[in-house]
Amino acid sequence: MYEYKKPNKKLLKVKKIVFAVISTFFKLLVCVIFAFPFLWMISTSFKTLYESLLYPPTLLPQNFTVDAYISLFEQVHLERYILNSLIILVSVTLLQVLIMVPAAYAFAKYNFKMKGVLFGAVMVAFMVPTQITFVSVFQMFSKMQLLDTLLPQIIPCICNAFGIFLLRQNFMQIPEELLESARLDEAGELKIMLKIMLPMSKSTLVTIMLLSMIGTWNSYFWPLVMTLHDSVRPITIAIQSLRNLEGGLEWPIIMAGNVILVLPVLILFFLASKKIIEAMAYRGVK
Amino acid sequence: MKHKQFRIGKLVLPYVMILPAVALLAVFTFYPLFNMVYLSFFKYDMLTPKKFVGWDNYYQLFFVNIDFIAALKNTVFYTLGVIVFMISLALIFALWLQRSTWVNAIVQRFMFLPHICAMLTVAMVFQWLMDDRGLFNAVLSVFNLPALRWLNSSHTALLSILIVAIWKGVGYYALILLSSVKSIPPELLEAADLDDAGKLRTFFKITLPMLSPQLFFLLITITINSFKVFDAVRIMTGGGPGNSSDVLVFYIYRQAFNYSKYGLSAAAGTILLLILLVMTVIYFRILGKRVHYQ
Repeated sequence: MYEYKKPNKKLLKVKKIVFAVISTFFKLLVCVIFAFPFLWMISTSFKTLYESLLYPPTLLPQNFTVDAYISLFEQVHLERYILNSLIILVSVTLLQVLIMVPAAYAFAKYNFKMKGVLFGAVMVAFMVPTQITFVSVFQMFSKMQLLDTLLPQIIPCICNAFGIFLLRQNFMQIPEELLESARLDEAGELKIMLKIMLPMSKSTLVTIMLLSMIGTWNSYFWPLVMTLHDSVRPITIAIQSLRNLEGGLEWPIIMAGNVILVLPVLILFFLASKKIIEAMAYRGVK
Repeated sequence: MKHKQFRIGKLVLPYVMILPAVALLAVFTFYPLFNMVYLSFFKYDMLTPKKFVGWDNYYQLFFVNIDFIAALKNTVFYTLGVIVFMISLALIFALWLQRSTWVNAIVQRFMFLPHICAMLTVAMVFQWLMDDRGLFNAVLSVFNLPALRWLNSSHTALLSILIVAIWKGVGYYALILLSSVKSIPPELLEAADLDDAGKLRTFFKITLPMLSPQLFFLLITITINSFKVFDAVRIMTGGGPGNSSDVLVFYIYRQAFNYSKYGLSAAAGTILLLILLVMTVIYFRILGKRVHYQ
């Protein structure tokens, strides 16, 4: 006779536990794989040049030193480049908001001729990579002799096509009646924008600003092609040229520079990891 | 009278509101785009007046300069590699980490970390790890394995950059997939389970079709981003050894900024533009039809 086999409950349970342990082990391994390069960067930045050249390398600094950080500020004057980066970052983010909000409001709540075409143009612009436009933009600024200012790194970046799209989506969800009643109260359009539209889209706006701040701070390609002199270069370009120091490749200094570059982003991530992950994932979903 | 003024104001107002945005896009996106295609038919070094040369720049690219073909080949190889490995790894991670536990949440955060960091940092740290006397080779020697030359060998340079790109991006793409994995209705999977459909069958018949819109999005984004690869190449290898890791954008960049051959650079840029355009159209035409939308 065919007999129904009772599953061995105990065996199943053991199997489950073993499986969970293995799975957790691999998950830990994944964490290490993704965190280790950062830890290695930090560890190297506190080593002496001599120790960094040892082979096989030491995992943790034996002679803990902050020399690399000191020489970053005393020799390279990293603070100048950080200042450039901050000026660019703040100007780009604020000007983006200034340009994005009215445009998104008009695209969301007004009907006007050519609206479809113009909005289509914004969407196409979002798809055009800067790797295609940089030569012409460079020539433009070169002709205007503005390459020794920060403008080439600010002006071309202040129209955030993706931001206009996101914000418009958000504005469209705000009920028309709310605007109408405000208009009956003789509120001007500016007042409506500032008192109704913006407060109701705060979260989206913060998301957009967060993304563009991280993007601008990290940007490498655009400042590389838009600057000729050190006086206008941002932190990324300064760190890249740490490789050309007289002493050859001084890994502790290079890694220290990168620690400083990554630190603000990491702090931001630990403070608002949920928000940032949501923001980035949103960009993918939409 | 006042009423009429108000109406004209209302007609003009939306245009005033979008003017800054549209003007900026016209000057910094659309003009450069057309200018590039236009310049690709000229010989131009920014010092002497430009000279019309017809298709000569394109002829140079495809039949005279072997570098361009090499860069194009490398870019295609790199893109294919990133597509295959990035999508399959992202899918594996998304399925593996789909349950909402705190361990999974932590793993997701760790995986996501590289995505928000500058490519510059990631590239430099890996350059250090992949150094001939770096940590990777030290680990290999512990296991008695031969040291690899990583970025210094023409066989492995591009592959090393590919590894770095995947390490940086996989957390982000896994996260995008994860949100759609979670949105698959559990009833569907339960029904499959009741019908004794095997795990593989369930994956191919339910999970994969349900994820197809997201996978499609990933395919387009990854293709476009990979064709634009530049930062890692310039920082880690400078296109070398030889031109074994040279890529399109790096080629465009060098022609313009190192050799002042703006016409040639524009022609290469136009090719890149065409490739991106054709890829997008093909994806939407062929794959768009087979993608399952909820």
